[in-house]
Amino acid sequence: MADPMRIRAQAAGDKATVRVLMSHEMESGQRKDAAGKTVPAWFIQEVTATLNGKPVLSAEWGPGVSKNPFLQFVVKGAKAGDKVAVTWKDNKGDTRTDEATVS
Amino acid sequence: MQTRRETLKQSAVVAGLLASAGFPQFAQAAFNKTGFDAKSVQDAVKAYGGGALAESKDVVITAPDIAENGAVVPLGASTTLPGVKQMLILVEKNPSALVAMFYVSDAVESNFLTRAKMGQSSDVYAVAIMADGKALFAKKEVKVTLGGCGG
Repeated sequence: MADPMRIRAQAAGDKATVRVLMSHEMESGQRKDAAGKTVPAWFIQEVTATLNGKPVLSAEWGPGVSKNPFLQFVVKGAKAGDKVAVTWKDNKGDTRTDEATVS
Repeated sequence: MQTRRETLKQSAVVAGLLASAGFPQFAQAAFNKTGFDAKSVQDAVKAYGGGALAESKDVVITAPDIAENGAVVPLGASTTLPGVKQMLILVEKNPSALVAMFYVSDAVESNFLTRAKMGQSSDVYAVAIMADGKALFAKKEVKVTLGGCGG
């Protein structure tokens, strides 16, 4: 639904640092719009990542994460050519998966 | 068609089992609402099975001293301790104190960085919940200047 995630995975030794920039409004549910109505909460709740299909990361986020969320984590046992896939699911049930290759 | 029906039923059961098995490494795959509704740092930690908070030098919270833009504050939590189950990042004075929770598996390091919203200057916590339930934390005060171009 949204723009694709930008994923960069860089191997250093037997680890890879993965940086992800997701495209999402991340409404906290605290803001009021011009008419004074509270903008309903709309944010990524779950993030998962796999390395060559094997789950390596699972995270739960709240409305406090910034808009267009950034995430950085370090996965072990990764080498150049491996595939990293990141999936997010938001509180409306929308989901998105993007993949990148470790360089 | 008895045989085929039996086979279909069998696969449905197996599929159901597989679906519920989900991520065998992780304690729970469902979104933990209690943690994010918690108003205090200790309550959020308790929602994930953590015990009483204990400050620890081995847990590191990475955060700027002054955040020029409260909408995007880089916050990181890391630790070198083994046996960590979860890492949490919390902003004490936010309406929802818990910002993010990361399950630590064998395949990742206990080292996470993200960007969070901070409503006002507040203490930011990095909490490591260990396999035995101990909750170790580090905190840092982050000042937020909301007025446009810094200063």
